[in-house]
Amino acid sequence: MKRLLFIFLLMMSCSSDAVDTRQLSDPKQQEAYETLTSELRCLVCQNQTIADSNAELAADLRRQVYEMLQQGKSRQEIIRFMTDRYGDFVLYKPPFKGKTSILWIAPVVFLLMGLITVFFFIRRKKAAAKLHSQAGALETDVEKQKKIRSLLENGDPS
Amino acid sequence: MAVFLALGLNLKPGEIPSPFINKPAPVFSAPKLNAPEEKLTPTDLKGKVWLFNVWASWCVSCRAEHPVLNQLAQQHAAVIVGLNYKDAPNDAKNWLDTLGNPYNVSIMDQDGRIGIDYGVYGVPETFVIDKKGRIRHKHTGPVTAEDVQQTFLPLIAKLQAEP
Repeated sequence: MKRLLFIFLLMMSCSSDAVDTRQLSDPKQQEAYETLTSELRCLVCQNQTIADSNAELAADLRRQVYEMLQQGKSRQEIIRFMTDRYGDFVLYKPPFKGKTSILWIAPVVFLLMGLITVFFFIRRKKAAAKLHSQAGALETDVEKQKKIRSLLENGDPS
Repeated sequence: MAVFLALGLNLKPGEIPSPFINKPAPVFSAPKLNAPEEKLTPTDLKGKVWLFNVWASWCVSCRAEHPVLNQLAQQHAAVIVGLNYKDAPNDAKNWLDTLGNPYNVSIMDQDGRIGIDYGVYGVPETFVIDKKGRIRHKHTGPVTAEDVQQTFLPLIAKLQAEP
């Protein structure tokens, strides 16, 4: 019981450890703030967005997004501002373009390669099984004929 | 598959390519650490090759880098400007007093805005800026004596020779 409580408290501490929240008066802007901060990468922690991160740089970038929205800057302008400074890496979801195309295409290519391999593997296995069973049938036929012949020639030994 | 693994293992996720190379150094006007009433802007440095080194007294790797910068400063190869990033001015001054001051001038960026304009994500970082005010090189992490010999000094010499 004590242990359960301990685990529960640990979980609570994770979820309640929220980063600073900012409120914009316009709900539309608030929504933009929330989506933008969850799309920008915290460059210090790398696998967190700036919305999730407690790092100082993430806080600074959140402030930047907040201020730019207050100034009436568009989503595009803010993303441009960030990529001009930090490169595409700041985007949690990389954009589709020449340099990053492999990121997007590779999984599909690998999946296709896998499917093709599986297809040929199954086909080969099936063909082999067929051949094997045919050969098996032939073999029993030969045995049977031998037995018949010996019965005919020597009569039933029993 | 092996090719992708090899590529992946050789990538360094800590080194984010800088979009700044060959672009003009972002403009700022920031107070000097030792004379806050005076401001420095990149235009003050036009016609000079300068290093822009981001540092802070709270930054552990900066301490490792510091002797290298001190030595580089003695060679007078280029102007060294410090960006004292998100630091308390008194801590910063104490730090320079105890460890030596390699900077021709340090400016203050207490709220990290200049840092954002330069895409700073990990201190220390060092930019090399040419006479026309363009960023020609960016180094992330502490500069080592080897980096100075192999990268910085040859590049500075090349940039000094440019008009």
